[in-house]
Amino acid sequence: MNDTFEPVIIGFTCNWCSYRAADLAGTARVKYPPNIRLIRLMCSGRLDPTFVLKALASGADGVLITGCHPGECHYLEQNYKTLRRYLMLRRVLTQMGIEPDRIKLVWASAAEGVKLAQEITDMVEQIRALGPFKPRYPMPLNPSEVADVQPVAERGTA
Amino acid sequence: MSMNGKPKFAMYWAASCGGCEIAVLNIHEKILDVDANFEVVFWPVAMDAKYKDVEAMPDEAITLTLFNGGIRNAENEAMAHLMRRKSKILVAFGSCACAGCIPGLANLSTREQIFEAVYDGISTDNPTGLRPDFQWAAPEGNLHIPEFYPVLKTLDQVVPVDYYMPGCPPESHQIGAVVDLVIQALHGNATLPPTGSVIGAGTSTVCDECPRVRNVKTIKQFTRIQHLTEIDPNLCLLEQGIPCNGPATRSGCGALCPRASAQCIGCYGSSDSAFDFGARLMTAFASVMEGKEPAEIERILDTLPDPVGQFYRFSLAQSLLRAAPLVLEEEEQYATHQH
Repeated sequence: MNDTFEPVIIGFTCNWCSYRAADLAGTARVKYPPNIRLIRLMCSGRLDPTFVLKALASGADGVLITGCHPGECHYLEQNYKTLRRYLMLRRVLTQMGIEPDRIKLVWASAAEGVKLAQEITDMVEQIRALGPFKPRYPMPLNPSEVADVQPVAERGTA
Repeated sequence: MSMNGKPKFAMYWAASCGGCEIAVLNIHEKILDVDANFEVVFWPVAMDAKYKDVEAMPDEAITLTLFNGGIRNAENEAMAHLMRRKSKILVAFGSCACAGCIPGLANLSTREQIFEAVYDGISTDNPTGLRPDFQWAAPEGNLHIPEFYPVLKTLDQVVPVDYYMPGCPPESHQIGAVVDLVIQALHGNATLPPTGSVIGAGTSTVCDECPRVRNVKTIKQFTRIQHLTEIDPNLCLLEQGIPCNGPATRSGCGALCPRASAQCIGCYGSSDSAFDFGARLMTAFASVMEGKEPAEIERILDTLPDPVGQFYRFSLAQSLLRAAPLVLEEEEQYATHQH
């Protein structure tokens, strides 16, 4: 693996806990590597596995999923669904021949800025060790990327 | 223009099983409408015509082409380009052309693994370990057979497609309705839907067409339907622990399988709202499962032994990841080798 590889990691955070943990890390000037791009969701339960697969298909080397600790979900029970989806995704990735450790689930409360920063740091090293997620073979991500088709109506139908 | 002035119709099969052609013939007496309104110029299953006959036609000479099957080899791809060039309306017909279908599951395996299964399998007598040679210098000249590609592609991954008609195979009443619509459009009595539309199917999910009752019951394990002696005729199959793909699958079949107490296997592909079929199913299954502890969840997931086969049975080739990276690596090497 070459030494210049910098992993790109997409991180999904929950509005009520882990996003605030990341915010707290910033306020407290706790450093974590810039390899992660955080995206805020209202709840980790909003995380559709599509997001994870789309991130990987679009060029991410790893995906971090974060949410409130079990029993502390702002929406009561949605983080349990996240846990189930995460464990399912790991199995699907494994069967596809993709290292399941490219995805990681971390619980972080709004007070755990230091913990989140450490988890991010650990994950960057974990993905660095795994190497780039390559080769990729993404489907066109929006219809406009598909080759232009002249509408049937303009070509006439008879 | 054709000899009798009728618009031309073609149907072609690439990597497919032939079920789509049977489904077309299964529209019963409507096939006479097809004959009355179209001149069938090319349909390898039903009539004799050669590739060179199609090549000799002017571009866009064929009004309607139903193309079924995925793109597995060089012949499939060449025919996709040919049919695209010669057709005004090219329809990706059936699950293989739309989403890869069962042949698309081979995208989990490399070519060598596929050849091993086919040429060294237990039912195959091949003592010398023969493999296909794509080029062969025979005394009479060089022989070619079409190159077998590392991955199976859907039709729209190779050429632009006007319409998608999903199903394995598409339901005959839906085919009949589409044939009617095209005929009406030809007579100026109807307009065709916008390019890129899914035709001959609904926009919602199979669950919406399914008469079974859904509660909020959660399940403790998945059970293969073959292992059940009794199935509640009125209750949602998924809630009975049967892995039913209805929540992600496009409507249009009338929930045929669940009505007959068989789980939906997802042949109509993603509904309008699902971007990646398997991801949507994972979401749905996670919602009906019990389990708050990783160990308990893993135990339930153990009862779903083939997750990719369950979640992507008909749509792996069209999914976000499309194929296993191992296979893609092989394809990359292949592509480098070609150029």
